[in-house]
Amino acid sequence: MIDYIDIGAVEDIPVRAARLVKTDHGCIAVFRTSSNKVYAIDDKCPHKGGPLSNGIQHDERITCPLHNWVFDLNTGRAQGADEGTVKTYDIKVVDDRIMLHRSAITTIVAAE
Amino acid sequence: MVQRLVIIGAGMASGRLIEALIEKDADAYDITLFNAEPRGNYNRIMLSPVLSGEKTYEEIITHSDEWYVENNVTTYFGEAVTAIDKTAKTVSTKSHTVVYDKLVIATGSAPFIIPVSGKDLPGVMAYRDLDDVNKMLDACQKPNAKAIVIGGGLLGLEAAAGLKEQGMDVTVLHIMPHLMERQLDPAAGHLLRKALEDRGIRIHTEGFTKAILGEDKVDAVLLEDGTVYAADIVVMSAGIRPETRLATDLGLHVERGIVVTDGMQTSDPYIYAVGECIEHREQLYGLVAPLYDQAKVLADNLLGGDAIFQPVEISTKLKVTGCDLFSAGDFAEADDREEIVFRDAVRGVYKRLILQNDVIIGAVMYGDTADGGWFLQKIKDGEDISEIRDTLIFGPNFATGVPSDPLAAVAALPLDAEICGCNGVSKGDILAAIEGGADSLDAVKALTKASTSCGTCAGLTAQVAQIGLGDGFILPEKETICKCSDLSHDDVRKLIVSNGLKSIHDVMQSLQWNTSCGCPVCRPALNYYLVCAWPGEYVDDGQSRYINERVHANIQKDGTYSVVPRMWGGITTPDELRAIADAADKYNVPTVKVTGGQRIDLLGIEKEDLPAIWYDLNEAGMVSGQAYAKGLRTVKTCVGSDHCRFGTQDSTGLGIKLEKAMWGAWSPHKFKLAVSGCPRNCAEATCKDLGIICVDSGYQILVGGAAGMDLRETELLAQVSSEEEALELACAFYQLYREGAQYLHRPYKWIAKVGLEWIKEQCVKDLETRKALAERFHYSQTFYQVDPWEERASKGIDAFEYSPLADFTKVAAE
Ligand code: SRM
Ligand SMILES: Cc1cc2nc3c(=O)[nH]c(=O)nc-3n(C[C@H](O)[C@H](O)[C@H](O)COP(=O)(O)OP(=O)(O)OC[C@H]3O[C@@H](n4cnc5c(N)ncnc54)[C@H](O)[C@@H]3O)c2cc1C
Ligand code: SF4
Ligand code: FES
Repeated sequence: MIDYIDIGAVEDIPVRAARLVKTDHGCIAVFRTSSNKVYAIDDKCPHKGGPLSNGIQHDERITCPLHNWVFDLNTGRAQGADEGTVKTYDIKVVDDRIMLHRSAITTIVAAE
Repeated sequence: MVQRLVIIGAGMASGRLIEALIEKDADAYDITLFNAEPRGNYNRIMLSPVLSGEKTYEEIITHSDEWYVENNVTTYFGEAVTAIDKTAKTVSTKSHTVVYDKLVIATGSAPFIIPVSGKDLPGVMAYRDLDDVNKMLDACQKPNAKAIVIGGGLLGLEAAAGLKEQGMDVTVLHIMPHLMERQLDPAAGHLLRKALEDRGIRIHTEGFTKAILGEDKVDAVLLEDGTVYAADIVVMSAGIRPETRLATDLGLHVERGIVVTDGMQTSDPYIYAVGECIEHREQLYGLVAPLYDQAKVLADNLLGGDAIFQPVEISTKLKVTGCDLFSAGDFAEADDREEIVFRDAVRGVYKRLILQNDVIIGAVMYGDTADGGWFLQKIKDGEDISEIRDTLIFGPNFATGVPSDPLAAVAALPLDAEICGCNGVSKGDILAAIEGGADSLDAVKALTKASTSCGTCAGLTAQVAQIGLGDGFILPEKETICKCSDLSHDDVRKLIVSNGLKSIHDVMQSLQWNTSCGCPVCRPALNYYLVCAWPGEYVDDGQSRYINERVHANIQKDGTYSVVPRMWGGITTPDELRAIADAADKYNVPTVKVTGGQRIDLLGIEKEDLPAIWYDLNEAGMVSGQAYAKGLRTVKTCVGSDHCRFGTQDSTGLGIKLEKAMWGAWSPHKFKLAVSGCPRNCAEATCKDLGIICVDSGYQILVGGAAGMDLRETELLAQVSSEEEALELACAFYQLYREGAQYLHRPYKWIAKVGLEWIKEQCVKDLETRKALAERFHYSQTFYQVDPWEERASKGIDAFEYSPLADFTKVAAE
């Protein structure tokens, strides 16, 4: 059983940019930071649904493009006074390939 | 009879001891001080700045000859004590013998000279005292002289940096795989290595010295691996050993150092020891902060008190200008320890915290050490950090959510927070000094000694002083660009131009940004400043632009986008309208709206469809209206003399010319224009950033209007008689604004700051300046007048933005 799915090369995402992975339960935003780490979180701000992949990335945080909430990419938690958490997914880099845990794209893991 | 106190060694510890004694009871002892060095006490830790030439020896003397005289201290400088007789209670040098009632051994430590052949050759030296520094400085006189520094620890690297600064060719030999292994972990050691190599210092790690070669002086150093480095001098900096010889000879209890009690007493009740020569609870000390504490404790005991020495957590900073490094506590790895690491390789920043049971026990920082004191305090307090763990590594500003006020973090420190580590000065001490009458920063420093040793706490000291002195003392105030920097927008702009900084990384590195890669406030500003300063050279950083400018459309509340093609001067054609209508049909555009800017907005387009709809609009000859840009927006016009019975000039034609000249330009904020054909002003020119009202005799150029959150009427910049002049003046004004205004300031804010008079001087009265401004504008436009839609619709620029990385919707549906 392969647990991680190869979704592309690290270079497919420019530094500090993000790209989407479309799934049946919505879009997942995959971020590449300036230190070449990758993160995967729901592309949906818990505030009013802003597409987080369109925000400005700084350190390991993302600022929502709609009303500037800031989320930690590690935990998905809103920073500062704002409260909310965006779902994070298991993702890693192996030999410059981005590997997303399969549970991210199948809503019901048990059905495998 | 007054007791006789004899002190052996005039070093940093005994200096502090004598001060403390005199301060508490000047008459308690008759003090005699011996020193092997031919001089009294100076600030040993500042030898590195003397070596590098940043300071002179005179500047680091802490106790002058007069001081000893005034305070009745009998001194024998240049006389090493050779023997102690504990029965007769005497100490002897070659030429003197002196009787004591109490004796203090403060002999510090001796540099460790590695036992290799050639170690006694002239040219081999240690790095411990002023004589060593003088020898090194002599060696630097010879052109192209070569130095080998053995030992890549704190002292060795300070020596290496100083020698390099003096023009020597310097190689550091270090036996471990990375530098300063006692204070740094491998990653920080690596960054430090890179920084030193960048300034031309050669670093040879895992370099074991086999022999020092030479006949009657040093010629070279031979390593175990066969490497030979030519050398004029060899600086041994392979560690220190407590100077215990006198105590050993005397039969005192000596382990690695002279063993003392909590009250600094040796195994002989009349003999005390203090400083680097001691061993206290199996601990040796090699930094001044604990030695100063020992000195205070000893002074108290000598005066009949019962103070005890309690070692506190100490931190280290490397005193090499430009290498910011901080370490404190314990950072070895262990199973029950966790770590938080932050690094930005590009900016050369590295931070690591070691946690055990939710308490920080160690911290290493390289490149950005601003928060060192804050972490040190947490280590000392053993504070539970589980609550702030997520943001801990970002430091106090972030963790406690008080970003903007730089003083807030300092104000929040407890009174016992240490400000000056060298001199053990707490925040409370500084505030107490101020309450006691110190009314200036200098007075605070003189009274508390804060920031008078290594000086790395100068900023912090000033900030605490500012808190204490309140209105009496104000740090030069300026509005900083954001919390990532202490510089103002204006400073940053100036430095970008004067230092030739051409990338965001350059700016952050050179101007010492205190965050690893900025924030959403400063990055867009920097990107604009660079765009403006270096047209054609600067490579725009899309990731530092707000999404609208990154994808050249306006984001909507539901994440879709709006598309507004340019309609030059508000003029359109049936063909354009047809193409817009076709596009609206083809892409199921839910809303088509006439904007307040005299053009048509297609709202509700999916991001993925943007390049396609742009392609269709491009095909019909339309380009981006930049309705999203901090740049040129619309040029509204009225029908003017072509149609209107009152029209005085061709306002529509002039508007189109202006828009054709200015489209594509980026500016600090959006820039809107309007041209009305007569003072009836149907194009609403009097509330635009730049408005033109045509009159019979020419054109009134009006500037500084707004009709958004602030309502402003324009003011007259000038009246000109020809269209050409109107165009030139408009471009010159725009350029002056582009070059001068702070990011996100509309022209009216900038005008309020610089004054309309000044602007008139620049672009109305001084025709040369006006011309130069207009020329710079047109030059810049040669790079920026490219339709961003076409680049994306036909040339594949930023294609990644508009397509998913992977699409699993179908797969899952199968
Ligand atoms: C589309 C339009 C409204 C309309 O339906 O007519 C519009 C729409 C927006 N305006 Fe506007 N403004 C529009 C004309 C205006 C005007 C009228 C004008 O230009 O003659 C003004 C007042 C004049 C002025 O700017 O001084 C205006 C003053 C603002 C302001 C306040 C600016 C200020 O300095 O106070 C903002 C906010 C900002 O820019 O920070 C703003 C911001 C916005 C934004 C971009 C809000 C945002 O950040 O998302 C809106 C985008 C909506 C969208 O999703 O497309 N809009 N906005 C107009 C587009 C004109 C065009 O063709 O480009
Ligand atoms: C270049 C350099 C940079 C440093 N940088 C820092 C720093 O940034 N931060 C920090 O905390 N620490 C630093 N240190 C360490 C600090 O200087 C020492 O910890 C401190 O000076 C030790 O104080 P001490 O009084 O015990 O010994 P010392 O200051 O060494 O004084 C001992 C004195 O005793 C004299 N002596 C020895 N034997 C005899 C004898 N038999 N008879 C008479 N006199 C004798 C010696 O000549 C010497 O003058 C640095 C040290 C050096 C050399
Ligand atoms: S007035 Fe307010 S709501 Fe209307 S378009 Fe402008 S910004 Fe949006
Ligand atoms: S939708 Fe993200 S901050 Fe409002």
